Amino acid sequence: MKQTHIMTTPILSIRNLTVDIPTRHGVLRPVNGVSYDVAAGEILGVVGESGAGKSMAGNAVIGLLNPPAHIASGEILLNGQRIDTLPRDEMRRLRGKQIGVVFQDPLTSLNPLLRIGDQLTETMLAHLDISPSEARKRAIAALEEVGIPGAAQRVDSYPHEFSGGMRQRVVIALALCAEPSLIIADEPTTALDVSVQAQIIALLKRLCRERGTAVMLITHDMGVIAEAADRVAVMYAGQLAEIGPVREVLAAPIHPYTDGLMGSTPLASRGKDRLHQIPGAMPRLDALPPGCAFHPRCPYTQDDCRADPGPRIEDGAGRAACFHPISRTEVA
Amino acid sequence: MLAYTLQRIFQSAIVLLVVGLVAFSMFRFVGDPVDNMLGQERTIEDVERLRGQLGLDQPFVVQYFRFLEGAVQGNFGVSYRQGRPVAEILLERAPATLELAAVSGFLAIGFGIALGVFTAIRRSGFAANAIMTVSLIGVSLPTFLIGILLIYLFSVELGWLPSFGRGETVKIGNWSTGFLTESGLKALILPAITLGLYQMTLIMRLVRSEMLEVLRQDYIRFARARGLRERAVNFRHALKNTLVPVITVTGLQLGSIIAFAIITETVFQWPGVGLLFINAIQFVDIPVMAAYLMLISVMFVGINLIVDMLYFAIDPRLRADRTGAH
Repeated sequence: MKQTHIMTTPILSIRNLTVDIPTRHGVLRPVNGVSYDVAAGEILGVVGESGAGKSMAGNAVIGLLNPPAHIASGEILLNGQRIDTLPRDEMRRLRGKQIGVVFQDPLTSLNPLLRIGDQLTETMLAHLDISPSEARKRAIAALEEVGIPGAAQRVDSYPHEFSGGMRQRVVIALALCAEPSLIIADEPTTALDVSVQAQIIALLKRLCRERGTAVMLITHDMGVIAEAADRVAVMYAGQLAEIGPVREVLAAPIHPYTDGLMGSTPLASRGKDRLHQIPGAMPRLDALPPGCAFHPRCPYTQDDCRADPGPRIEDGAGRAACFHPISRTEVA
Repeated sequence: MLAYTLQRIFQSAIVLLVVGLVAFSMFRFVGDPVDNMLGQERTIEDVERLRGQLGLDQPFVVQYFRFLEGAVQGNFGVSYRQGRPVAEILLERAPATLELAAVSGFLAIGFGIALGVFTAIRRSGFAANAIMTVSLIGVSLPTFLIGILLIYLFSVELGWLPSFGRGETVKIGNWSTGFLTESGLKALILPAITLGLYQMTLIMRLVRSEMLEVLRQDYIRFARARGLRERAVNFRHALKNTLVPVITVTGLQLGSIIAFAIITETVFQWPGVGLLFINAIQFVDIPVMAAYLMLISVMFVGINLIVDMLYFAIDPRLRADRTGAH
């Protein structure tokens, strides 16, 4: 199974992506040399603390970085074609058509003054060569697909007439309505009730499996990752710390940061022991330590960690960006 | 929605009753009309007879209700100065003011919204910054000064446009219009700009700041992320959300265009109700002043009522007939 996605070109391929924000006090680098792939039908979970650069990477992919943030170097490839250098209007055509987006807060993602049917049809008419009546039919079908009961009547409702979970279903229908090959879901469940979170994750999973859509699932919730993702990319201070199949990374992390992150996630199986904490906080972007960004908080720090930024995960090669990964054979 | 409408109409009626009381008090407290009408040479009997005729010997409340009764029927008494019914004089003057206010209002709203949207979308461009700077002048210069400057430039120096009056008017029924003659249209230009300029800059600055606020919202980001055209994002999504607060202020501004046409009408000797009011003050013509007060408050209240109804047309969240489960 793993061989198939090595042979076919991945849907999304990020190579050494670096995003810079020039400020008066120097250049901030929220994304620093990050590389990863997402294959068709695959869900890649991108996890990390707030400010680790995971959303910024997502924004770079859809070409909606807020100025003055910009891509300083690296490449973004969609279906093997470079998209980070496309002119604005071609990039716009790509958004919605090739890349669908789901944002965090469904209460603010929908325009309160437009009927949800109109928001669906305007998206389809912008990308697909279909008639307005055909678009309306597809809008109703799309709402049915995401599990809105009575879609034929609800298509003419306004966003405020739906609950939060239902609105996120509408947002997902909007993201998928032009049948994109990649979905970027930026914290899609963070603003929802726990009971609704599971439903939304299951829905996203089902729809993407059915259509073979690649998903970049950005979250800080390890539970969501464990539930939904096939592979997981852990980010720390703008860099990729560890990447690998979700079972291996969660069960046996080899980067000390991932290990700390797992230790600080509450699990029922672990009983009532005190939760582990990673000492300190993620450094601010304008005060990164020399050497490995994680070394001041790392229990395994040695001299080379303080001197050198450490190895990088280049495309596919390697699993953890660390001089001294935790050796699982010793532990086990 | 019906309950809300009825409630608003009820509130409007109360406002008008209070204004009516103020207008009515003018008769009693701003000098004695009997003194004004009879002059120096009068006998006690004359005074008593006239008081009886005018109903001034009745209790205060009775007089107030008589005044209201008359006002509702459009009967505001007789002008002290011209000796004609006030309603007749007002009707004669109203078209001039309403035409001027309508043209100024269109200028203010049209250019205000267009320039506001432009300066919000191109907020760092040179043209947008230039417009913003110039608009500061529009906000800070007093109306009469703008009028005088325009007269100096276009009437005195260039001689293109008349400096006073309405030009030739055409009568259509009881309505005298300046729209149909060349001189009437020419005469309209300078006063309309003078009256509308301040409102235009105000609307423009308001639209701009609201639009900038809306453009930061998540649903605008989401609209962009869905690959909608920039034009659709700006006008279909952003402008519509901008309009709710803008309509409130614009409604009040339109009311004040009519109310404060006084200054512009004085500068340009425009034969409207504003000029009538100024002349009425000079001659302590209380029936005219009271009627003007009532007329302006009816317009203000009416415009506010329309504005409140417009909210419903624009914002579905306010409509009471909610169908959805929440």
